[in-house]
Amino acid sequence: MSEEKKDFFVSDISLSYQYTAGNATTRFLNKVAEGKLVAQKCPKCSAVYVPPRGSCPRCGVATEEELELPDTGAVESFTIVHIPIPGNPIVPPYVSAMIRLDGADISFLHLIQEIDLADIRIGMRVQAVWKDKSDWGTTLENIKWFKPTGEDDVDPSVFKFKE
Amino acid sequence: MIEAAVIGVGQTKYEAKRRDVSMGGLVRKAIDKAMFAADVDWDAIDAVILGKAPDMFEGVMMPELSLVDAIGANGKPLLRVHTAGSVGGSTAVIAASHVCSGNFDTVLTVTYEKQSESNATWALSPKYPYSPHINAGAGGYFAPYMREYIRRYDAPENIGWKVAVKDRLNALKNPLAHLQIPGIDEKMVAETPMLWEPLRYLESCPSSDGACAMVISNKKLAESRNAAWIKGMAVRSEGTLSAGRDEVNPQGGQDCAKDIYDQAGITNPFKEIDCAEIYVPFSWYEPMWLENLHFCDLGEGWKLTERGATEIEGDIPFNMSGGVLSSNPIGASGMIRFGEACLQVTNQAGDHQVDGANVAMGHAYGGAAQFFAMWIVSNKK
Repeated sequence: MSEEKKDFFVSDISLSYQYTAGNATTRFLNKVAEGKLVAQKCPKCSAVYVPPRGSCPRCGVATEEELELPDTGAVESFTIVHIPIPGNPIVPPYVSAMIRLDGADISFLHLIQEIDLADIRIGMRVQAVWKDKSDWGTTLENIKWFKPTGEDDVDPSVFKFKE
Repeated sequence: MIEAAVIGVGQTKYEAKRRDVSMGGLVRKAIDKAMFAADVDWDAIDAVILGKAPDMFEGVMMPELSLVDAIGANGKPLLRVHTAGSVGGSTAVIAASHVCSGNFDTVLTVTYEKQSESNATWALSPKYPYSPHINAGAGGYFAPYMREYIRRYDAPENIGWKVAVKDRLNALKNPLAHLQIPGIDEKMVAETPMLWEPLRYLESCPSSDGACAMVISNKKLAESRNAAWIKGMAVRSEGTLSAGRDEVNPQGGQDCAKDIYDQAGITNPFKEIDCAEIYVPFSWYEPMWLENLHFCDLGEGWKLTERGATEIEGDIPFNMSGGVLSSNPIGASGMIRFGEACLQVTNQAGDHQVDGANVAMGHAYGGAAQFFAMWIVSNKK
Protein backbone atom coordinates (compact mmCIF):
# COMPACT_ATOMS: atom_id res chain seq x y z
CA MET A 1 0.00 0.00 0.00
CA SER A 2 1.41 3.35 -0.97
CA GLU A 3 1.02 6.08 1.57
CA GLU A 4 -0.95 9.13 0.40
CA LYS A 5 1.35 12.10 -0.04
CA LYS A 6 0.59 14.79 2.50
CA ASP A 7 1.58 18.40 1.96
CA PHE A 8 0.40 19.75 5.30
CA PHE A 9 0.53 18.86 8.96
CA VAL A 10 -1.81 19.60 11.85
CA SER A 11 -0.41 21.40 14.86
CA ASP A 12 -2.36 22.26 18.00
CA ILE A 13 -1.70 25.59 19.64
CA SER A 14 -2.59 26.35 23.24
CA LEU A 15 -2.08 29.48 25.21
CA SER A 16 -2.44 30.15 28.90
CA TYR A 17 -2.80 33.76 29.88
CA GLN A 18 -3.20 35.97 32.87
CA TYR A 19 -6.19 38.31 32.75
CA THR A 20 -6.14 41.56 34.70
CA ALA A 21 -9.78 42.44 35.21
CA GLY A 22 -9.25 46.10 36.06
CA ASN A 23 -10.80 48.20 38.79
CA ALA A 24 -14.44 48.33 37.63
CA THR A 25 -14.70 44.65 36.73
CA THR A 26 -12.94 43.61 39.93
CA ARG A 27 -15.45 45.56 42.02
CA PHE A 28 -18.32 44.10 40.01
CA LEU A 29 -17.09 40.52 40.31
CA ASN A 30 -16.42 40.80 44.05
CA LYS A 31 -20.11 41.76 44.43
CA VAL A 32 -21.22 38.96 42.10
CA ALA A 33 -19.41 36.59 44.49
CA GLU A 34 -21.88 37.84 47.14
CA GLY A 35 -24.87 37.32 44.82
CA LYS A 36 -25.26 41.01 43.99
CA LEU A 37 -25.37 42.68 40.57
CA VAL A 38 -23.84 46.13 41.00
CA ALA A 39 -23.97 48.54 38.05
CA GLN A 40 -22.17 51.83 37.47
CA LYS A 41 -23.87 55.04 36.38
CA CYS A 42 -22.55 57.75 34.05
CA PRO A 43 -22.42 61.10 35.88
CA LYS A 44 -23.18 62.92 32.62
CA CYS A 45 -25.89 61.01 30.72
CA SER A 46 -27.04 58.77 33.60
CA ALA A 47 -26.61 55.58 31.51
CA VAL A 48 -26.42 52.52 33.76
CA TYR A 49 -23.85 49.88 32.81
CA VAL A 50 -23.86 46.27 33.97
CA PRO A 51 -21.37 44.70 33.81
CA PRO A 52 -19.59 48.04 34.28
CA ARG A 53 -16.36 48.78 32.41
CA GLY A 54 -15.46 51.85 34.45
CA SER A 55 -16.41 54.43 31.84
CA CYS A 56 -19.27 55.56 29.61
CA PRO A 57 -18.44 55.12 25.90
CA ARG A 58 -21.07 57.75 25.02
CA CYS A 59 -19.56 60.52 27.15
CA GLY A 60 -15.97 59.34 27.64
CA VAL A 61 -16.11 59.88 31.38
CA ALA A 62 -15.43 57.59 34.34
CA THR A 63 -18.41 55.91 36.01
CA GLU A 64 -17.88 56.04 39.78
CA GLU A 65 -21.43 55.87 41.21
CA GLU A 66 -22.52 52.30 41.94
CA LEU A 67 -26.04 50.98 42.29
CA GLU A 68 -27.33 47.49 42.94
CA LEU A 69 -29.77 46.15 40.36
CA PRO A 70 -32.30 43.36 40.83
CA ASP A 71 -31.69 39.99 39.17
CA THR A 72 -34.83 40.44 37.05
CA GLY A 73 -35.08 41.87 33.57
CA ALA A 74 -36.33 41.28 30.04
CA VAL A 75 -35.11 39.68 26.82
CA GLU A 76 -33.91 42.38 24.40
CA SER A 77 -33.31 39.79 21.68
CA PHE A 78 -31.98 36.26 21.36
CA THR A 79 -30.94 33.46 19.06
CA ILE A 80 -31.30 29.72 19.36
CA VAL A 81 -27.97 28.09 18.54
CA HIS A 82 -28.51 24.79 16.72
CA ILE A 83 -24.95 23.89 15.81
CA PRO A 84 -22.12 22.72 18.05
CA ILE A 85 -19.48 25.42 18.41
CA PRO A 86 -15.90 24.13 18.40
CA GLY A 87 -14.44 24.42 21.90
CA ASN A 88 -17.81 25.20 23.52
CA PRO A 89 -19.09 22.57 25.98
CA ILE A 90 -22.79 23.62 25.82
CA VAL A 91 -24.88 21.09 23.88
CA PRO A 92 -27.21 22.66 21.26
CA PRO A 93 -29.92 23.68 20.85
CA TYR A 94 -29.51 26.41 23.44
CA VAL A 95 -30.64 30.02 23.77
CA SER A 96 -28.14 32.85 23.74
CA ALA A 97 -30.10 35.87 24.94
CA MET A 98 -29.40 39.54 25.42
CA ILE A 99 -30.64 40.08 28.97
CA ARG A 100 -31.52 43.65 29.97
CA LEU A 101 -31.65 43.86 33.77
CA ASP A 102 -34.29 46.18 35.20
CA GLY A 103 -32.68 49.62 35.48
CA ALA A 104 -29.79 48.86 33.10
CA ASP A 105 -29.08 50.56 29.77
CA ILE A 106 -27.02 47.77 28.17
CA SER A 107 -27.65 44.03 27.89
CA PHE A 108 -25.37 41.07 28.48
CA LEU A 109 -25.46 37.56 27.02
CA HIS A 110 -26.76 34.69 29.12
CA LEU A 111 -28.72 31.47 28.79
CA ILE A 112 -32.50 31.00 29.14
CA GLN A 113 -33.96 27.72 30.34
CA GLU A 114 -37.08 26.29 32.04
CA ILE A 115 -39.20 27.13 28.96
CA ASP A 116 -39.93 25.60 25.54
CA LEU A 117 -37.51 27.24 23.13
CA ALA A 118 -40.38 28.04 20.76
CA ASP A 119 -42.06 30.16 23.46
CA ILE A 120 -39.17 32.58 23.99
CA ARG A 121 -39.79 36.08 22.64
CA ILE A 122 -38.41 39.60 22.63
CA GLY A 123 -39.76 41.50 25.66
CA MET A 124 -40.25 38.36 27.81
CA ARG A 125 -39.69 38.97 31.56
CA VAL A 126 -36.97 36.80 33.13
CA GLN A 127 -35.24 36.22 36.45
CA ALA A 128 -31.82 34.79 37.29
CA VAL A 129 -31.53 31.23 38.58
CA TRP A 130 -28.47 31.14 40.84
CA LYS A 131 -26.20 28.22 41.55
CA ASP A 132 -25.99 26.93 45.11
CA LYS A 133 -24.30 29.57 47.25
CA SER A 134 -21.46 27.21 48.11
CA ASP A 135 -20.49 27.19 44.41
CA TRP A 136 -20.31 30.97 44.00
CA GLY A 137 -17.14 32.61 42.77
CA THR A 138 -16.12 35.84 41.08
CA THR A 139 -17.96 35.01 37.86
CA LEU A 140 -21.31 35.55 36.14
CA GLU A 141 -21.44 31.76 35.98
CA ASN A 142 -22.91 32.06 39.50
CA ILE A 143 -26.10 32.53 37.50
CA LYS A 144 -26.93 29.18 35.90
CA TRP A 145 -29.42 30.72 33.49
CA PHE A 146 -32.46 32.98 33.38
CA LYS A 147 -36.01 31.66 33.56
CA PRO A 148 -39.34 33.28 32.65
CA THR A 149 -41.18 35.02 35.50
CA GLY A 150 -44.61 34.63 33.90
CA GLU A 151 -45.26 38.38 34.08
CA ASP A 152 -46.62 40.28 31.06
CA ASP A 153 -44.07 41.03 28.33
CA VAL A 154 -42.59 44.52 28.20
CA ASP A 155 -42.93 46.70 25.11
CA PRO A 156 -39.56 46.57 23.25
CA SER A 157 -39.54 50.39 23.16
CA VAL A 158 -38.33 50.24 26.79
CA PHE A 159 -34.94 49.08 25.46
CA LYS A 160 -34.40 52.40 23.69
CA PHE A 161 -32.00 54.64 25.61
CA LYS A 162 -33.64 57.74 27.04
CA GLU A 163 -31.20 60.45 28.00
CA MET B 1 -10.49 66.41 -2.96
CA ILE B 2 -9.21 62.88 -3.47
CA GLU B 3 -6.84 62.30 -6.34
CA ALA B 4 -6.35 58.56 -6.43
CA ALA B 5 -7.65 55.80 -8.65
CA VAL B 6 -7.62 52.04 -8.75
CA ILE B 7 -5.75 50.99 -11.89
CA GLY B 8 -5.69 47.24 -11.34
CA VAL B 9 -7.70 44.64 -9.40
CA GLY B 10 -6.58 41.03 -8.94
CA GLN B 11 -8.49 38.22 -7.29
CA THR B 12 -7.78 34.53 -6.75
CA LYS B 13 -10.36 31.82 -7.25
CA TYR B 14 -12.20 31.51 -3.93
CA GLU B 15 -12.47 27.98 -2.57
CA ALA B 16 -13.01 26.14 0.71
CA LYS B 17 -9.44 24.84 0.67
CA ARG B 18 -6.63 26.25 -1.44
CA ARG B 19 -4.21 23.39 -0.73
CA ASP B 20 -2.39 24.16 -3.98
CA VAL B 21 -0.76 27.29 -2.49
CA SER B 22 0.84 28.50 0.73
CA MET B 23 -0.28 31.78 2.27
CA GLY B 24 2.54 33.52 0.42
CA GLY B 25 1.52 31.86 -2.84
CA LEU B 26 -2.11 32.84 -2.32
CA VAL B 27 -1.41 36.57 -1.85
CA ARG B 28 1.10 36.55 -4.72
CA LYS B 29 -1.48 35.13 -7.13
CA ALA B 30 -3.79 38.08 -6.44
CA ILE B 31 -0.90 40.56 -6.62
CA ASP B 32 0.34 39.22 -9.97
CA LYS B 33 -3.14 39.59 -11.46
CA ALA B 34 -3.57 43.13 -10.07
CA MET B 35 -0.17 44.27 -11.37
CA PHE B 36 -0.82 42.69 -14.76
CA ALA B 37 -4.19 44.47 -14.95
CA ALA B 38 -2.52 47.75 -13.91
CA ASP B 39 0.34 47.22 -16.39
CA VAL B 40 3.00 48.09 -13.78
CA ASP B 41 6.16 46.34 -12.60
CA TRP B 42 7.77 46.32 -9.15
CA ASP B 43 9.76 49.50 -9.78
CA ALA B 44 6.48 51.41 -9.90
CA ILE B 45 5.36 50.24 -6.43
CA ASP B 46 6.27 52.79 -3.73
CA ALA B 47 4.65 51.11 -0.71
CA VAL B 48 2.72 47.98 0.22
CA ILE B 49 -0.33 47.87 2.50
CA LEU B 50 -1.41 44.44 3.75
CA GLY B 51 -4.67 43.64 5.52
CA LYS B 52 -6.15 40.57 7.13
CA ALA B 53 -8.61 39.66 9.88
CA PRO B 54 -7.64 38.29 13.34
CA ASP B 55 -4.41 36.25 13.41
CA MET B 56 -6.32 33.66 15.46
CA PHE B 57 -8.19 32.71 12.27
CA GLU B 58 -5.15 30.78 11.08
CA GLY B 59 -2.98 30.76 14.19
CA VAL B 60 -0.16 32.57 12.33
CA MET B 61 0.87 35.61 14.31
CA MET B 62 2.00 38.76 12.49
CA PRO B 63 1.91 37.20 9.00
CA GLU B 64 3.23 40.50 7.59
CA LEU B 65 6.68 39.39 8.80
CA SER B 66 6.83 36.14 6.86
CA LEU B 67 4.98 37.58 3.85
CA VAL B 68 7.43 40.43 3.17
CA ASP B 69 8.96 38.64 0.19
CA ALA B 70 5.69 37.34 -1.25
CA ILE B 71 4.13 40.79 -1.25
CA GLY B 72 7.23 42.47 -2.68
CA ALA B 73 7.78 44.73 0.31
CA ASN B 74 11.54 44.22 0.64
CA GLY B 75 13.10 47.67 0.95
CA LYS B 76 9.72 49.37 0.76
CA PRO B 77 7.36 50.86 3.36
CA LEU B 78 5.00 48.14 4.63
CA LEU B 79 1.98 48.59 6.87
CA ARG B 80 -0.42 45.94 8.11
CA VAL B 81 -4.03 46.95 8.79
CA HIS B 82 -6.47 45.15 11.06
CA THR B 83 -10.10 46.10 11.68
CA ALA B 84 -11.72 42.63 11.90
CA GLY B 85 -14.11 41.80 9.03
CA SER B 86 -14.06 45.35 7.69
CA VAL B 87 -10.28 45.13 7.21
CA GLY B 88 -10.41 44.63 3.44
CA GLY B 89 -12.25 47.93 3.14
CA SER B 90 -10.18 49.91 5.62
CA THR B 91 -6.97 48.56 4.04
CA ALA B 92 -8.10 49.98 0.68
CA VAL B 93 -8.85 53.33 2.32
CA ILE B 94 -5.44 53.39 4.04
CA ALA B 95 -3.69 52.52 0.76
CA ALA B 96 -5.57 55.25 -1.13
CA SER B 97 -4.77 57.71 1.70
CA HIS B 98 -1.07 56.99 1.16
CA VAL B 99 -1.46 58.05 -2.48
CA CYS B 100 -3.49 61.11 -1.49
CA SER B 101 -0.74 62.11 0.96
CA GLY B 102 1.47 62.98 -1.99
CA ASN B 103 4.33 60.89 -0.60
CA PHE B 104 3.65 57.88 -2.82
CA ASP B 105 2.68 57.78 -6.50
CA THR B 106 1.61 54.15 -6.59
CA VAL B 107 0.69 51.79 -3.77
CA LEU B 108 0.06 48.05 -3.86
CA THR B 109 -2.51 46.74 -1.42
CA VAL B 110 -3.46 43.14 -0.72
CA THR B 111 -5.74 41.32 1.70
CA TYR B 112 -6.36 37.63 2.27
CA GLU B 113 -7.62 34.86 4.50
CA LYS B 114 -6.73 31.18 4.34
CA GLN B 115 -9.45 29.98 6.62
CA SER B 116 -8.96 26.31 5.85
CA GLU B 117 -5.75 26.37 7.89
CA SER B 118 -7.72 26.75 11.13
CA ASN B 119 -11.28 27.47 12.30
CA ALA B 120 -12.67 31.00 12.37
CA THR B 121 -15.83 30.03 14.28
CA TRP B 122 -13.62 28.58 17.02
CA ALA B 123 -11.53 31.76 17.01
CA LEU B 124 -14.67 33.89 17.36
CA SER B 125 -16.15 31.79 20.18
CA PRO B 126 -13.72 31.93 23.10
CA LYS B 127 -14.78 31.65 26.69
CA TYR B 128 -14.37 35.11 28.15
CA PRO B 129 -13.00 35.26 31.69
CA TYR B 130 -15.66 35.33 34.43
CA SER B 131 -18.55 34.73 32.01
CA PRO B 132 -20.56 31.74 30.85
CA HIS B 133 -19.29 30.21 27.59
CA ILE B 134 -22.10 31.28 25.26
CA ASN B 135 -20.35 32.85 22.26
CA ALA B 136 -21.31 31.03 19.09
CA GLY B 137 -19.41 32.50 16.17
CA ALA B 138 -20.32 35.51 14.05
CA GLY B 139 -23.77 34.13 13.21
CA GLY B 140 -24.54 33.64 16.89
CA TYR B 141 -23.54 37.21 17.58
CA PHE B 142 -25.53 38.84 14.76
CA ALA B 143 -28.66 36.66 14.78
CA PRO B 144 -30.36 38.56 17.66
CA TYR B 145 -30.05 41.81 15.69
CA MET B 146 -31.59 40.21 12.59
CA ARG B 147 -34.44 38.96 14.78
CA GLU B 148 -34.93 42.48 16.13
CA TYR B 149 -34.97 43.89 12.56
CA ILE B 150 -37.65 41.37 11.57
CA ARG B 151 -39.72 42.26 14.67
CA ARG B 152 -39.30 46.01 14.32
CA TYR B 153 -40.48 46.17 10.71
CA ASP B 154 -42.67 43.06 10.56
CA ALA B 155 -40.62 41.61 7.69
CA PRO B 156 -41.72 38.31 6.10
CA GLU B 157 -39.51 35.25 6.70
CA ASN B 158 -38.77 34.66 3.01
CA ILE B 159 -36.86 37.96 2.59
CA GLY B 160 -33.76 36.25 3.99
CA TRP B 161 -34.23 33.31 1.62
CA LYS B 162 -34.65 35.71 -1.30
CA VAL B 163 -31.31 37.43 -0.60
CA ALA B 164 -29.61 34.03 -0.25
CA VAL B 165 -30.96 32.96 -3.66
CA LYS B 166 -30.25 36.26 -5.45
CA ASP B 167 -26.59 36.39 -4.36
CA ARG B 168 -25.97 32.72 -5.28
CA LEU B 169 -27.58 33.19 -8.72
CA ASN B 170 -25.20 36.14 -9.20
CA ALA B 171 -22.29 33.90 -8.14
CA LEU B 172 -23.09 31.60 -11.08
CA LYS B 173 -22.07 34.54 -13.30
CA ASN B 174 -18.75 34.99 -11.46
CA PRO B 175 -16.23 32.19 -12.14
CA LEU B 176 -14.14 33.23 -9.11
CA ALA B 177 -17.02 32.83 -6.62
CA HIS B 178 -16.66 30.01 -4.09
CA LEU B 179 -20.26 28.75 -3.89
CA GLN B 180 -21.70 27.58 -7.20
CA ILE B 181 -25.21 26.23 -6.59
CA PRO B 182 -27.11 25.80 -9.87
CA GLY B 183 -30.87 25.62 -9.43
CA ILE B 184 -30.89 27.26 -6.00
CA ASP B 185 -34.34 28.57 -5.04
CA GLU B 186 -36.17 29.74 -1.93
CA LYS B 187 -37.46 26.26 -1.18
CA MET B 188 -33.92 24.85 -1.17
CA VAL B 189 -32.76 27.60 1.23
CA ALA B 190 -35.79 27.13 3.50
CA GLU B 191 -35.12 23.40 3.78
CA THR B 192 -31.51 23.77 4.90
CA PRO B 193 -30.79 23.30 8.62
CA MET B 194 -31.31 26.11 11.10
CA LEU B 195 -27.93 27.34 12.43
CA TRP B 196 -28.66 30.38 14.56
CA GLU B 197 -32.38 31.23 14.55
CA PRO B 198 -33.64 32.94 12.42
CA LEU B 199 -30.71 32.08 10.16
CA ARG B 200 -30.52 28.92 8.06
CA TYR B 201 -27.43 27.25 6.56
CA LEU B 202 -27.81 28.73 3.08
CA GLU B 203 -28.53 32.18 4.54
CA SER B 204 -25.00 32.23 5.92
CA CYS B 205 -21.62 32.91 4.27
CA PRO B 206 -19.16 30.11 3.51
CA SER B 207 -15.65 29.84 4.92
CA SER B 208 -13.21 30.51 2.07
CA ASP B 209 -9.56 30.77 1.13
CA GLY B 210 -8.62 33.62 -1.14
CA ALA B 211 -6.89 36.95 -1.71
CA CYS B 212 -7.66 40.24 -3.39
CA ALA B 213 -5.14 42.92 -4.44
CA MET B 214 -5.34 46.38 -5.97
CA VAL B 215 -2.90 48.88 -7.43
CA ILE B 216 -3.84 52.44 -6.49
CA SER B 217 -2.13 55.37 -8.15
CA ASN B 218 -2.33 59.11 -8.74
CA LYS B 219 -3.06 60.74 -12.07
CA LYS B 220 0.45 60.12 -13.48
CA LEU B 221 -0.43 56.49 -14.19
CA ALA B 222 -4.20 56.57 -13.86
CA GLU B 223 -4.86 59.03 -16.66
CA SER B 224 -3.48 56.58 -19.24
CA ARG B 225 -5.39 53.61 -17.87
CA ASN B 226 -8.95 52.29 -17.50
CA ALA B 227 -9.16 53.68 -13.97
CA ALA B 228 -11.77 53.71 -11.22
CA TRP B 229 -11.46 57.15 -9.62
CA ILE B 230 -12.16 57.34 -5.90
CA LYS B 231 -14.77 60.04 -5.30
CA GLY B 232 -15.30 59.53 -1.58
CA MET B 233 -13.84 57.24 1.10
CA ALA B 234 -14.19 56.98 4.87
CA VAL B 235 -13.96 54.69 7.88
CA ARG B 236 -15.85 54.90 11.17
CA SER B 237 -15.98 53.00 14.44
CA GLU B 238 -18.28 53.01 17.44
CA GLY B 239 -18.12 51.79 21.03
CA THR B 240 -19.01 48.13 21.46
CA LEU B 241 -20.74 48.33 24.85
CA SER B 242 -22.37 51.74 24.77
CA ALA B 243 -25.80 52.69 26.05
CA GLY B 244 -28.08 53.75 23.23
CA ARG B 245 -26.23 51.74 20.60
CA ASP B 246 -28.55 50.41 17.87
CA GLU B 247 -26.90 47.48 16.13
CA VAL B 248 -29.84 47.11 13.76
CA ASN B 249 -28.98 50.55 12.36
CA PRO B 250 -25.53 51.50 13.67
CA GLN B 251 -24.63 55.19 13.91
CA GLY B 252 -21.11 54.46 12.62
CA GLY B 253 -22.52 53.04 9.39
CA GLN B 254 -24.91 55.96 8.91
CA ASP B 255 -22.17 58.53 9.49
CA CYS B 256 -19.63 56.77 7.26
CA ALA B 257 -22.13 56.60 4.38
CA LYS B 258 -23.13 60.25 4.81
CA ASP B 259 -19.45 61.20 4.74
CA ILE B 260 -18.65 59.46 1.44
CA TYR B 261 -21.86 60.75 -0.21
CA ASP B 262 -20.95 64.31 0.79
CA GLN B 263 -17.42 63.87 -0.59
CA ALA B 264 -18.79 62.50 -3.86
CA GLY B 265 -21.55 65.10 -4.12
CA ILE B 266 -24.27 62.45 -3.89
CA THR B 267 -27.58 63.63 -2.44
CA ASN B 268 -29.78 60.68 -3.46
CA PRO B 269 -27.78 57.44 -3.27
CA PHE B 270 -30.69 55.32 -4.54
CA LYS B 271 -30.80 57.33 -7.78
CA GLU B 272 -27.17 58.39 -8.18
CA ILE B 273 -25.34 55.13 -7.38
CA ASP B 274 -25.61 52.60 -10.20
CA CYS B 275 -24.68 49.49 -8.22
CA ALA B 276 -23.10 48.50 -4.91
CA GLU B 277 -21.02 45.71 -3.40
CA ILE B 278 -22.16 45.67 0.22
CA TYR B 279 -20.87 43.40 3.02
CA VAL B 280 -23.75 40.95 3.54
CA PRO B 281 -22.42 37.84 5.32
CA PHE B 282 -25.89 36.87 6.54
CA SER B 283 -28.99 37.28 4.37
CA TRP B 284 -30.87 39.79 6.54
CA TYR B 285 -28.02 42.28 6.38
CA GLU B 286 -29.10 43.26 2.85
CA PRO B 287 -32.33 44.98 3.95
CA MET B 288 -30.66 46.23 7.14
CA TRP B 289 -27.83 47.91 5.21
CA LEU B 290 -30.18 49.27 2.52
CA GLU B 291 -31.65 51.34 5.34
CA ASN B 292 -28.43 52.02 7.26
CA LEU B 293 -26.73 53.36 4.10
CA HIS B 294 -29.67 55.66 3.29
CA PHE B 295 -30.84 53.89 0.12
CA CYS B 296 -34.36 54.02 1.61
CA ASP B 297 -36.26 54.96 4.76
CA LEU B 298 -36.27 52.79 7.87
CA GLY B 299 -38.51 49.74 7.46
CA GLU B 300 -38.43 49.98 3.64
CA GLY B 301 -35.30 47.87 3.04
CA TRP B 302 -37.03 44.50 2.99
CA LYS B 303 -39.59 45.88 0.53
CA LEU B 304 -36.82 46.84 -1.90
CA THR B 305 -35.39 43.33 -1.61
CA GLU B 306 -38.87 41.83 -2.02
CA ARG B 307 -39.59 43.66 -5.27
CA GLY B 308 -36.22 42.70 -6.79
CA ALA B 309 -34.65 46.17 -6.64
CA THR B 310 -31.27 44.67 -5.64
CA GLU B 311 -31.07 42.19 -8.54
CA ILE B 312 -28.56 42.88 -11.34
CA GLU B 313 -31.35 44.31 -13.51
CA GLY B 314 -32.93 46.18 -10.58
CA ASP B 315 -32.89 49.83 -9.49
CA ILE B 316 -29.99 49.41 -7.09
CA PRO B 317 -28.12 46.14 -7.77
CA PHE B 318 -26.40 44.74 -4.64
CA ASN B 319 -23.58 42.17 -4.77
CA MET B 320 -23.46 41.35 -8.44
CA SER B 321 -20.35 39.19 -7.80
CA GLY B 322 -22.30 36.93 -5.44
CA GLY B 323 -21.12 38.89 -2.42
CA VAL B 324 -19.87 37.65 0.93
CA LEU B 325 -22.70 35.10 0.89
CA SER B 326 -20.89 33.33 -1.98
CA SER B 327 -17.20 33.88 -1.11
CA ASN B 328 -15.83 34.79 2.32
CA PRO B 329 -12.08 34.82 2.82
CA ILE B 330 -12.77 37.18 5.74
CA GLY B 331 -9.70 39.43 5.58
CA ALA B 332 -10.19 39.92 1.83
CA SER B 333 -13.99 40.13 1.81
CA GLY B 334 -14.08 43.91 2.25
CA MET B 335 -11.48 44.53 -0.45
CA ILE B 336 -13.38 42.25 -2.83
CA ARG B 337 -16.38 44.60 -2.38
CA PHE B 338 -14.19 47.65 -3.05
CA GLY B 339 -12.45 45.99 -6.01
CA GLU B 340 -15.66 44.68 -7.56
CA ALA B 341 -17.08 48.23 -7.44
CA CYS B 342 -14.02 49.30 -9.49
CA LEU B 343 -14.52 46.46 -11.99
CA GLN B 344 -18.13 47.59 -12.51
CA VAL B 345 -17.34 51.22 -13.33
CA THR B 346 -14.47 50.20 -15.63
CA ASN B 347 -16.72 47.70 -17.44
CA GLN B 348 -14.52 44.71 -16.50
CA ALA B 349 -17.03 42.68 -14.47
CA GLY B 350 -17.72 40.13 -17.20
CA ASP B 351 -20.98 38.22 -16.97
CA HIS B 352 -22.01 40.03 -13.77
CA GLN B 353 -21.51 43.49 -15.26
CA VAL B 354 -24.27 46.05 -14.67
CA ASP B 355 -24.99 47.78 -17.98
CA GLY B 356 -23.76 51.35 -18.01
CA ALA B 357 -22.44 51.42 -14.44
CA ASN B 358 -20.63 54.75 -13.93
CA VAL B 359 -20.79 55.18 -10.16
CA ALA B 360 -20.45 52.27 -7.70
CA MET B 361 -20.11 51.81 -3.96
CA GLY B 362 -17.92 49.40 -1.97
CA HIS B 363 -18.73 48.70 1.69
CA ALA B 364 -17.41 46.59 4.56
CA TYR B 365 -18.25 46.16 8.22
CA GLY B 366 -16.62 44.17 10.95
CA GLY B 367 -16.15 43.34 14.60
CA ALA B 368 -19.37 43.55 16.57
CA ALA B 369 -20.73 45.77 13.74
CA GLN B 370 -18.64 48.61 15.10
CA PHE B 371 -16.10 49.05 12.27
CA PHE B 372 -17.17 50.49 8.91
CA ALA B 373 -15.28 51.28 5.69
CA MET B 374 -16.77 52.56 2.44
CA TRP B 375 -15.92 54.18 -0.84
CA ILE B 376 -17.51 55.54 -4.00
CA VAL B 377 -15.75 55.03 -7.35
CA SER B 378 -16.49 56.46 -10.78
CA ASN B 379 -15.09 56.06 -14.29
CA LYS B 380 -14.92 59.86 -14.56
CA LYS B 381 -12.02 61.74 -13.00
